[in-house]
Amino acid sequence: MRYLTDRKRAMGMGSAKTGTAHFWSMKVSSVALLILIPLFVFTFGPMLGAPHDEVLAYFAHPFPAIVAALTLIVGFKHFNEGAQTMIEDYVHGTTQKIVIIAVTCLSYGAAATGLFAIAKIAL
Amino acid sequence: MADVNRGNRPLSPHLSIYRPQLTSITSILTRITGNALILAALLIVWWFLAAATSPAYFALADAVLTSWFGDLVMFLSLWALWYHTLAGVRHLIWDNAKMLDIESAYKLGYAVIGGSVLLTLLTVAVI
Repeated sequence: MRYLTDRKRAMGMGSAKTGTAHFWSMKVSSVALLILIPLFVFTFGPMLGAPHDEVLAYFAHPFPAIVAALTLIVGFKHFNEGAQTMIEDYVHGTTQKIVIIAVTCLSYGAAATGLFAIAKIAL
Repeated sequence: MADVNRGNRPLSPHLSIYRPQLTSITSILTRITGNALILAALLIVWWFLAAATSPAYFALADAVLTSWFGDLVMFLSLWALWYHTLAGVRHLIWDNAKMLDIESAYKLGYAVIGGSVLLTLLTVAVI
């Protein structure tokens, strides 16, 4: 191995072909969140601290319910991929894989829980 | 890849002797705010679940989120959310290979810090 030139070592290995998929996914979700976050802040915000029946009545409306659901889906996807980037910088080896899987489970789990709750309130 | 000749290139900054700059601080804050938002996100999911479950459960979640500690977490998270949003816009600009020079990066850095504080206060005033 040590006698190979840099060129010879790279030959035949090909490219990963999907090297920009993660970057592009982050870009799409970040642009989506640029729209969703202000909408969510100003729909969810006034409901924080409101009485229970008022919260239920508010999120039974289509707009705040759909904004909240979309924010959770896109937000947790964005968190999942962003946190993965951080983990890849600081954690290595088997621990890295375990932590990435754990964060992915947490993201999907939280998103599903939130969607269930919003659906139950809205329907 | 241990046998690759790395040459006599400079090493990555050693944090213990690296002088903090606006560019480095605003950069790491983007990562810190983005990942720290998981706490508020999970609290909000819990709040939704409690609201969907029962009035008693909602009362508990509502009491936690509107306690002084809950207020502090939500206020700091609101700032983190606006900071991360504006810092994200900065990255979207940089992705087009624009404003990457140090002077522009500093201008954007000040805009992100000032803008996030302004948006946070504005949001608190409106809500």
